[in-house]
Amino acid sequence: MKARKNSIAKREERHFFFFISPWLLGFLIFTLYPMIFSVILVFTNMDMTGTGKFIGFANIIRAFVQDPLFYKSLLNTLYFVLVSVPVSLILAFLIALLLNQKIRGVGFFRTSFYIPYITSGVAVTLLWGWIFNAQYGLINYFLSLFGISGPSWLSDTKWAMPAIIIMGVWTIGNSIIITLAGLQDIPEQLYESAEIDGANGLVKVMRITLPLVTPTLYFNLIMGIIGGFQIFMQPYILTEGGPSYATYTYMMHIYNNGFKYSEMGYASTLAWLLFIVIMIITQIVNRTSKYWVYYDN
Amino acid sequence: MDTYYKSKRTGDLIRYSLSYVVLIICAGIFIFPFLWMLSTAFKIPSEAYTLPPKLFPKTFTLDNFIEGWKYADFTRYTLNTLTVTLLATLGTVLSASFVAYGFARFKSRYNNLLFTAVLATLMLPSQVTLVPTYLLFTKMGWLDTLKPLIVPSFFGGGAFNIFLLRQFFRSIPKDLDEAAYIDGANAFQIYYKILLPAIKPALITVALMSITFHWNDYMSPLIYLNSDQNFTLAIGLQFFQNSFGSSQIQMLMAVSLITVIPVLILFFVGQRHFVQGITMTGIKG
Repeated sequence: MKARKNSIAKREERHFFFFISPWLLGFLIFTLYPMIFSVILVFTNMDMTGTGKFIGFANIIRAFVQDPLFYKSLLNTLYFVLVSVPVSLILAFLIALLLNQKIRGVGFFRTSFYIPYITSGVAVTLLWGWIFNAQYGLINYFLSLFGISGPSWLSDTKWAMPAIIIMGVWTIGNSIIITLAGLQDIPEQLYESAEIDGANGLVKVMRITLPLVTPTLYFNLIMGIIGGFQIFMQPYILTEGGPSYATYTYMMHIYNNGFKYSEMGYASTLAWLLFIVIMIITQIVNRTSKYWVYYDN
Repeated sequence: MDTYYKSKRTGDLIRYSLSYVVLIICAGIFIFPFLWMLSTAFKIPSEAYTLPPKLFPKTFTLDNFIEGWKYADFTRYTLNTLTVTLLATLGTVLSASFVAYGFARFKSRYNNLLFTAVLATLMLPSQVTLVPTYLLFTKMGWLDTLKPLIVPSFFGGGAFNIFLLRQFFRSIPKDLDEAAYIDGANAFQIYYKILLPAIKPALITVALMSITFHWNDYMSPLIYLNSDQNFTLAIGLQFFQNSFGSSQIQMLMAVSLITVIPVLILFFVGQRHFVQGITMTGIKG
């Protein structure tokens, strides 16, 4: 009997490894091996052809001491994350709140908000380049209707990053849908009993909706931070990081060093430093979560 | 009591109309850029730059689509993009479901440990592995081919999709497998003939997300492709803009529109699955 049980367990184990083998192979080839290799690269000056030698901590020192663009790109990226993530979070919550009512044509509205997210490729980025055009763009035309003469968005150091942020906020469709799902999980009875107690709309939102949807907001916040730090395509296409590095993001710095200047060692160093920054920030958010994220248990 | 209900009803009505107005304005802002893209694509050059901008062009023209498409080898870029998108999606759906089945159904000492590893890779930003992966593909002679954009999808299909499909598999009672097993089916037949059809909605969700991702992907083609005949639409569009864009906005919008339309059609066809998939992934994890 024992032997039989053993053979069943063995068969289960064999099956387990058989079915997960594509992932296991992929994990070894495309994650574990590159990660280890990437750590080694930090201490070399390897180039694109794969030749280089050990240079100790020179790459790390270079980032902190000799590379002003390291700080510049990191600060630009922080600026992007610090503004776009909270704005997106709040806006997604408010729109999801509106969409959570029993309203006719809710499918149409949901679609309208979601479309920018699924189409957010190069084509739509080019469209935004045109929208931000100083002379013929939509935004400045719209502003001119109110007698405001708009800035030359993408070529003004003060306005280029806000322009990228506006475009980023425009693609919040995904957060809206996720928040909406969170809202729909809130039991109806809670609102009913609050109503009997005489609570008005605002009280209901602040006391019931907001606390109960915090796990969803937390999820969106973490995803927003991780994604925000990797912002690349929009500034790369719209401004190439300019004017005078105003939209030069950290991911662009990694890309330029690795793939334009063929400094694979330094690019890996920058990547690991970014990883550390993201880990620290998400850990801080994680630590604060017990004060504001509401869990059932 | 009567007046209480009356005032409550009027309050509801005001609130209802107010949210309606706000929603229409917001949705308008989200949709308007597309409408503008659409109208600019049909404008003659002189009208594309006139102020105030007109939503309905005075002279409709299809020249922008025809001329724009001819400026670069867009047919080629489309074929390349289709190849990448379809093959990578096939790889994603097949291997993610295969692996998810393994994690969902079989006991092993290592199951929890390895599944934790799957989840951990979700947290790892892609740039950490970017450079060594590039060097690896270079060494394999895959640079400037479509292989780096396709082949990795066949190795697990992405942590996120494995996670999603495992959840779906686990929602199906295991009795179903056991009955089939007693009837003589083997593990692969159970996966293929019983469980895959049962999670079809989830597979469609994964496929849709994979298609939009690969269709829009910019970073990987930018890194791995460098000759014109291998370009995908994303890279081709950007080159088109660099050479003609600012002076030929109506053409740029026409070509951009053509490349966005497949994703839009797909979205309208699969809308329900899209929303369902997104909500599942977000919350019920």
